[in-house]
Parts: sequence; structure tokens; C-alpha cells
Amino acid sequence: METVIQTQDLTKKFGDFTAVDGVTFEVRAGEVLGYLGPNGSGKTTTIRMLLGLLRPSAGSATVLGYDILTQPEPIRSRVGYMSQKFALYDELTVRENLEFYAGVYGVRERGHIENTQARLGLSEMTRERVSDLPVGWRQRLALATAIVHGPRLLFLDEPTSGVDPTARRDFWDLIYEFVEEGVTAFVTTHYMDEAEYCGRVGIMSAGKLLAMDSPSGLKRDHLPGLAWDVISVGTLERQDGLTSDASSLPELILRLENCPGVLRAGLAGDHLRAITTDNVTADDLRKALNAGALQIQPAEATLEDVFLALALG
Amino acid sequence: MNNILIHAQNITKRFGETVAVNDLSLQVRAGEIYGLVGPDGAGKTTTMRLLCGAMRPECGAISVGGHSMLEDPDRAREQIGYLSQKFSLYEELTVLENIRFFAEVRGIPRGEWHARAMEILEFVGLAEFIDRRAGQLSGGMKQKLGLASALIHRPRVLLLDEPTGGVDPVTRQDFWQLIIKLVAPSPPSHLPVGEGSPERSAGQGEGGVSVLVSTPYMDEAVRCTYVGFMKDGRLVVEDKPKVLRERLAGRILEVRGAPLMRLRRAAEGLDGIESVQTFGDRLHLRVQAGTSGAVMANLTGAAHQAGAEISSIKEVHPGLEDVFIALLEE
Repeated sequence: METVIQTQDLTKKFGDFTAVDGVTFEVRAGEVLGYLGPNGSGKTTTIRMLLGLLRPSAGSATVLGYDILTQPEPIRSRVGYMSQKFALYDELTVRENLEFYAGVYGVRERGHIENTQARLGLSEMTRERVSDLPVGWRQRLALATAIVHGPRLLFLDEPTSGVDPTARRDFWDLIYEFVEEGVTAFVTTHYMDEAEYCGRVGIMSAGKLLAMDSPSGLKRDHLPGLAWDVISVGTLERQDGLTSDASSLPELILRLENCPGVLRAGLAGDHLRAITTDNVTADDLRKALNAGALQIQPAEATLEDVFLALALG
Repeated sequence: MNNILIHAQNITKRFGETVAVNDLSLQVRAGEIYGLVGPDGAGKTTTMRLLCGAMRPECGAISVGGHSMLEDPDRAREQIGYLSQKFSLYEELTVLENIRFFAEVRGIPRGEWHARAMEILEFVGLAEFIDRRAGQLSGGMKQKLGLASALIHRPRVLLLDEPTGGVDPVTRQDFWQLIIKLVAPSPPSHLPVGEGSPERSAGQGEGGVSVLVSTPYMDEAVRCTYVGFMKDGRLVVEDKPKVLRERLAGRILEVRGAPLMRLRRAAEGLDGIESVQTFGDRLHLRVQAGTSGAVMANLTGAAHQAGAEISSIKEVHPGLEDVFIALLEE
């Protein structure tokens, strides 16, 4: 299996601040690699180094076999890059933006722009000015400019930032179509649920790569124990007659946190989640909560649970 | 007192030809968290800005904390704490200096601001960092400072415009735990009580604070008391999350198998299927009412023909995201 990206102790410091701290990983051809972490964790800086736009302070990397330090131009002409800010010309039309980028990449074939537009459902928008497009369509155009030259490796930096959940979902469908055709995608995101769509996920926090594996591998290896859902009926609903403060979520969270064996307790959707050591049972939790009508059941771990376990140490 | 702290009545706002907010009405009572969701450009931020009094609607009425935004805007604005993703902090000032600035802007008397500042910083978990420059705070801590600044004047109403966008999961969790404490009907015992009346706390008066929050996160929307879905400037649907989810009861199937893309194409071709969405390693199928049995029966065959294997297929409780996808496709 071909390696398309390889890094070794990649580091970037800005003065005293270490943005990327000794990151080592590999990305294989045809993978969807999710690079997950909150804003400021070092994801974009990593991409900039891999694109040869920023010199590392230490460490090394190759992209498609080219060294990022000595061969940045072959890298840039062979990869697609969709930046977080989309990098589109607002006053130009969809077509004009594509023509511009096609020109930059030296794409000569006439039909190529039409094909790219059609592929991404942009044909009808071809004469629309970018400034008139809603963000979901601008996102598609940004992707189009990243693939117009047919790259085998795509860097997508927070491609779904600021886009609503349904448009995000459609976007991932598009990514997967390309991946099925053999494209490798390196995607950074801060949305934990999106990371679940990736073949493997690297978890970044404060410049460090805390772990990298498939979502199920991460959950298997990095969750300290068991996950539980605590579903309390009517806690946030306004119901007359609920006077006991046992019905209040903050109180319930506190009781869970104080229960022996509970490593972490907090909100999860409209109920509570507890991460406990392996020896804790539903009855233990029920006793600690002491709050009447509660449903306590084993829960499926999420990447957010993994992130919290890794980040909180 | 009917306890409605945020009241918008048929408000409309145009920007040139675009109707950004179209005849919108909503109400939020004390102790409620109202989640505003919808695609980008639906009008959520404009709605918030109207409710804040940052802009005036063309028509309709707004009242906040019992005061009309049109007739008594100063009193109305006093009731509001506002936080957005793009809030400004003074990076060169310390945490405490930032709070002091916002306290003074809000007219909190000199003798009172410090005690109040420490109370609120304690509440959000920044008390140990009072001397740190705001520019040196992590993203999550900045967000907490933003929340503290929005709470300094004990507002009865909080307007939060995507406050947790891009923020790390630890902070997102902390942030929401703070919000639910604020809306609690009686002040929790570990929150310090202010001087004067015993009911005074981070949320003042009986019944707690009202929160209107817009969010792209479904796991946040689902824990709100009410959720309002906006599309093209209109409030298309509004109800308790449970009720919204019930609308699609019996119509969402979860399918696992491989290869997922082929499974997806097989499903898309079946009768009764309204929509197929990929959710990570599984598919969500939305089917027409009453067809889930037939779809389940037919899918296995269709999958085999497409060269895919199903490992599990079952009806699942609809999530809010399923509901919104259905609404957007209408």
C-alpha cells in the first residue's frame, strides 16, 4: 500500500509558542484521514508545512514521495488544497474562478472545467458571482477549484466550517465519491461527528498528536472504561410539580461525579453520560444518583469521549 | 407575571431585496433554553441582532425582560447578555481588566464591580486567571471570558450566537453546564448569592434566566427546552425536541454493512425510500410512513444484487438531524 504522506517529528515553533509538536504519522493511498482537534491545536499549521508553504522548525516530511523542504513545487502542483476560507474571488463568477485555478495548475483540456462543474452540481451556477452564492455553494466551488487538475491527494482544511449539518453531510458524500475513485483525502475538522466518517482519525490537542487510529480502534484503546447513558425523564422539560432538586441536571452530574469509579460525567445530547471504570454497574450509578425515574444503560462510545479522555489525561 | 422574557411578534427585516427575517414570532420563558437551528443564511444571526436591539425590524414588536425594544430600548438592553462566536476581547488587558471594562460599560457602580467580577469569574472557572492577558488565553478560556462579560450585569436574558463553534470539547461541555445552571429554577447552593435579596444569583429573580442559543450542533439543540428551525428567514417549525423527533417515528432505519457506498446506491433505488444519508459507518434511511417493513425485506436482496452485504438493519429513534434533513428537503 503506497504511502502518500509521511512525517517524522514534524515541529513548528513561532517564538515561544509551539504550534506543532513532534508529529509523526503516515497516510496511505485511498485513505480518508481525519485530523481532529479544536481551533488552535495545530491542524492548519501542519497542512501548511506539508504543502511546503511553511518551513518546519524541526523534523521532516514527504508528500507523494517529495521532500517538503527541498521539493515543495512538485507537491503543490500535484495536490489539491481547499482552504478554510475557501480562497475564492468574490467578484468573479463560478466559471471564472474555475478558469483561473485551471490556468494556475496548467489544465489545458477544454472540457475539464465543464466536467468539474457537472461533477459538483455547479453547472447551473456557472454564471453566478461568488458574492451572490450562499455558503454551501461557495463550499462546493472551493472544492471544485481544489480538484480541477485531477489531483490524487486532497488537503481539505476545515472544509465544512460554518456550513450547516445537512450541507456538511452532502459534502462528505462528495468526498467519498472521490475517494472511491482512488483519491486520498486528508481532512481537518473540529466536528467530532464528522471524524467518525473517516477511515482513520488523528487527534490533535495543543500541537501534539495524541493518537491516530480508526474510530473503533481509538474507542477500543483509549477509552479508560465503560460508557453509560443516564436518561432522566423530564429534567429539562418544564413540568409543574417537579420540586425536588434531584430533577436538576447540574445536581445529577454532581452526584455522578461523586460516585466511586466514575471518571467523568457530563452532558450528552439531551441526557447524561458517565465514563466509569470497568467494575461499575448500572445499580452503582442508580444508588449514587438516588433520583427516582431513571434509565441507565450501556452506551456506545463516541470520538468525543475519546478526545476528552485523551485531553484530560 | 407570565414570565415571558423574550418576545418577538411578527418581526420582519429586509436588506435591500433580501428578506432576512420574515414574519417571525417566538417566545422564551424564564428557565427555558430555546435552540435556534437552520441552514446558513436562514436568518438566525439577524434574528439575534434584532432581539439585541442592534438593528430595528421593519415591522413587528420585540420585548425583552418585559421591556419593549422599540419604546424602551435602554431598559430592554440592560436585560440582555449577548455572546457570539466573533466577540471581542481586549487582548492586551488581563482577564480582570476586561471584566472591569464591561462592568463599567454596563454602568455597574465602582464599589460593586469587583465582588461581582470575582463571583462571575468563579462561576465560569476563570478565577485563577484574573491576571493573565486575554490574548494569552486558550480559545476555550476566551469563550468563558466572553460568557463572563455577558453575565456581569446579571442579565435575565442571554442571547448566544453559535457560542461554541470550533471550541474544544472540554470547553463546550463546561460551557453548557454553566448554561443549564443559569436557567435552573432555583440557584444551586454552590453558586454564591449576591448582596440584598436572597434570590439574587447569576440569574436573578425567580425562575432563572432565559436563553436563546443558535447552534450547528445537534447534540446541543436536542437538550434545549424548545427548538426552532429557520429556513429562508422563516421559523418553519418549533417544538420540544422530543415532539420534533416523534414526527418521524417509525420512519428512520439504520443500516450497517459493506461496502457502504454500494449499499447506499442499492437503498436509493428502492420503493418507499425518501432519503438516504451516510452517518459515518452506517446509513440512515428515511422511508415513507408504513413502509419500513417492506423496505427492510427488500433491502437485503437489493444489497446482494449490488454486491454488498448487510450486517444489521433496524428501526431507530429519529435524531434531530433526521428531522432537519426532512424539513430541508420539503
